[in-house]
Amino acid sequence: MWLNQFLILGALLFCIGVYGVLARRNGVMVLMSIELILNAVNINLVAFGAFHATPAGQVFALFVIAVAAAEVGVGLALVLLIYRNRSSIDLESVDLLKG
Amino acid sequence: MLAAEAGAAASAGWFLENAWLFPAVPFVSFLLILFFGRKMPKQGAEIGITALAIVFAGALIAGAQWISHVNAAESAHGTEETHSTDETHGTEEEGHSTEPGTTEDGTHSEEGTSTEESHDEGALAVSGGGRSVVLGPSLALPMAEEGGEAHASVPPVISEWKSDWWTVGGIDFQVGTFVDGQAVMMLFVVGLISLLVHIYSTDYVHGDIRYTHFFAFLSLFTASMLLLVLANNLVMFITAWELVGVCSFALIGHWWEEQNNSNAALKAFLTNRVGDMGLLIGMITLFFTAGQGRTFNIYEINVAAASGTVSDTALTVAALCLLAAVMSKSGQFFLHTWLPDAMAGPTPVSALIHAATMVVAGVYMIARMYPVFFEGMSIAGGSINAVALIGAITTMVGGSLAFVQRDIKKVLAYSTVSQLGYMVMALGVGAWTAAMFHLMTHAFFKACLFLGSGSVSHACNHSFDMKTDMGGLRKYMPKTHATFLVGTLALAGFPLMSGFWSKDEILAGTGGFGLSEGANGRYSLMLVMGLITGGMTAAYMTRCYWLTFMGEWRGANSPNAHHGAHAAAHDDHDAHAPAGHDAHDAHDAHGGLPHESGPRITTPLLILAVLAFVAMFANIPGQFGFVPEGWRLRFEHYIEPKGEYFPAISHAEFSPVIAILSLIAAAVASGLAVAYYRKVEAQDPMGTELVDGPTSKAGLPKVAYNVLANKFYLDWLYTDVIVGFVKGPLARAANWFNQNVLDGIVNGTATVSKRIAGFTYTVLDQQVVDGVVRGSGIGASETGGLLRRMQNGRVQGYAALMFAAAAVLAGVFVLAI
Repeated sequence: MWLNQFLILGALLFCIGVYGVLARRNGVMVLMSIELILNAVNINLVAFGAFHATPAGQVFALFVIAVAAAEVGVGLALVLLIYRNRSSIDLESVDLLKG
Repeated sequence: MLAAEAGAAASAGWFLENAWLFPAVPFVSFLLILFFGRKMPKQGAEIGITALAIVFAGALIAGAQWISHVNAAESAHGTEETHSTDETHGTEEEGHSTEPGTTEDGTHSEEGTSTEESHDEGALAVSGGGRSVVLGPSLALPMAEEGGEAHASVPPVISEWKSDWWTVGGIDFQVGTFVDGQAVMMLFVVGLISLLVHIYSTDYVHGDIRYTHFFAFLSLFTASMLLLVLANNLVMFITAWELVGVCSFALIGHWWEEQNNSNAALKAFLTNRVGDMGLLIGMITLFFTAGQGRTFNIYEINVAAASGTVSDTALTVAALCLLAAVMSKSGQFFLHTWLPDAMAGPTPVSALIHAATMVVAGVYMIARMYPVFFEGMSIAGGSINAVALIGAITTMVGGSLAFVQRDIKKVLAYSTVSQLGYMVMALGVGAWTAAMFHLMTHAFFKACLFLGSGSVSHACNHSFDMKTDMGGLRKYMPKTHATFLVGTLALAGFPLMSGFWSKDEILAGTGGFGLSEGANGRYSLMLVMGLITGGMTAAYMTRCYWLTFMGEWRGANSPNAHHGAHAAAHDDHDAHAPAGHDAHDAHDAHGGLPHESGPRITTPLLILAVLAFVAMFANIPGQFGFVPEGWRLRFEHYIEPKGEYFPAISHAEFSPVIAILSLIAAAVASGLAVAYYRKVEAQDPMGTELVDGPTSKAGLPKVAYNVLANKFYLDWLYTDVIVGFVKGPLARAANWFNQNVLDGIVNGTATVSKRIAGFTYTVLDQQVVDGVVRGSGIGASETGGLLRRMQNGRVQGYAALMFAAAAVLAGVFVLAI
């Protein structure tokens, strides 16, 4: 029964993250929401790893953390550049690809 | 290289095996004159003369080698000698052996002959280019079954190039030379006359605007003629045949600035095309029917035709078609009309091409393909055949037309037609040797006469009109007069001149009325026609000679007199020499009395006059016992082919009766002509015909004169009736048909097409096709407009879609799995 709590926690975190990605207009907040999503996945990985008594889940989680760090670095750089160009990080105004 | 090159050791002689050099030398000369002639000091004439001197010298050596070849072949008889056939050398060898007791030199011994020669021992092989045709013993022909003569067979010297000329449809075409007695004889005649004409021309056309061009074409002509003589297959033969036609065209039209000359050239060329069609068809007929398999090789065709393995129908068709070619090229009746017109060319050309060499190409072809004609026309049968009849008619037509010409060259031209008729008639009655002998003697005396007429014209205001510009020239031009007289006597058949012997041999060859023995049947009609023509020849040549050389000179009062002086005034400036006149050296006596021509003109005349006499020794009749045997019938002995590629003809003997008859005919006719002109002279010393002569009155003579003056209405028939019909009614009918029927069909088709096209445009194209095109465009545009809204540029919108899609996908997975 102990696996469920972790899965529910992961699901909650994922939903919060998705909400943040879709709803927040601040670019930095969107990035942070993505981190939440990734961490929800990490919780699931670690939980399943422990459940199956294998270290693979933890190894994957470490990989995800490392990749997430890189992704945040790139994401923050993007946001910084958007700010420099537009003096704003409001994602609503970043619509150059509008068809 | 040449196949036969290494085969010299196997006898025959280098010049015979490398005969391709004969046409090659003047051809190279043609190119040299064309490209460098103008830069040479003599403007190219020296190149041509050098080339021809080489050819003539070569021809003499080739003649000597041929004589030794014949002697060697005969000395081998009875010894059962078979030369090894050397495939790589490509020379043609034949084992030849004759029965002991056969005579070598044509004396007609009845005893000791055997009708079967043991040809069967020797297989004959023609090889070259990896292809060899072996003619087996079955083709060997017993010689001379009827005439009771037998000769050692003399193989011709055939050389072929190793490689094929070209290959079409599995048939290999080869290039090669076919040298035998008649070819060697022609090499000599063409080489000699061409050389003399070259020398003559250096004076005669001196200062002409196309002097170099003239010599270039003389060289090309000589090369073509020699190629024709030496050709060993019909493809080469027709090539050379057309080449001489082209040269003739170019030289007749040498002064093309005058419409008449250009028309004459065209007429010659087009008339010859008519006959060339016959040559082509005849050639193709022989290709499919004669020989072992399909071949153009003259030797193989001849062997096949002579052996009787070819169907008579095929040979008759081929012979008739080839006869059409002869009629056009050799000026036989009713295609002879181009020949007199061809006199528009410069006189040396008339002498070389239209008297002595090219026009005998047709005669030469009959002689070369003699088995085809002999079997195809059943010449041995003695019935009247097309060749003999055409020849006999031609000889009379030419002879009669010569009477009414004012132009000295046209007299000679019609005389040429007449003499060519003699040759064809001779071939038609089986008198092969007589025809060839007459060809040779005629070449000499006719070239002499033509060049003489040029020399005369040179002195007489550059005119050829005997009635206005000549007369009395014997006093002014002794050398021309003497040589012309010799030529006239030879042509008229004066005893002891060459023309007498050759013409008499032809008449004897007809065997008419049984007056001569050993002929191929009795052609009495031919004998009569030949005798009548003999008389006519004597009469018109007397007329021609009288008008030119006897009486008083009429040129001073001629309308051409000023003309000539005018031409002379321009002679100093070559560039201004008016084309259409025989421009020549500036000389003093123009406008005054005529004078003798220069040495470059008279020397060839003298040589030819001597030959016109000496040529008689070439074929002294066999039964002249007072002449050493080795001197008799040399021409027949060396020139007539002996072998299985030649039919078994028999030879007529000299007939004193016929000789006397022809002599009487000639003497009476020329006597009448002399009497007539004496009467004219008595009436008016400057006159040329009786004022109240028979032709000036109404009645039969007047009608006859008109028929002759209008050339038997042949030109009228050709130009007005045939061409006129084509140009007039036929063209109008064709036009009507074109305008109404053909155009109707075309217009109808066009209208229908237009309607269909209109329907297609308005309905199919504008509505259906364009509808589809536009519809797809609109569809794409509308879809794009709808989808455009989704592309709002908001990252979060895209992300929402992505999550929604992922959610749907997850749902699908959960539900489906």
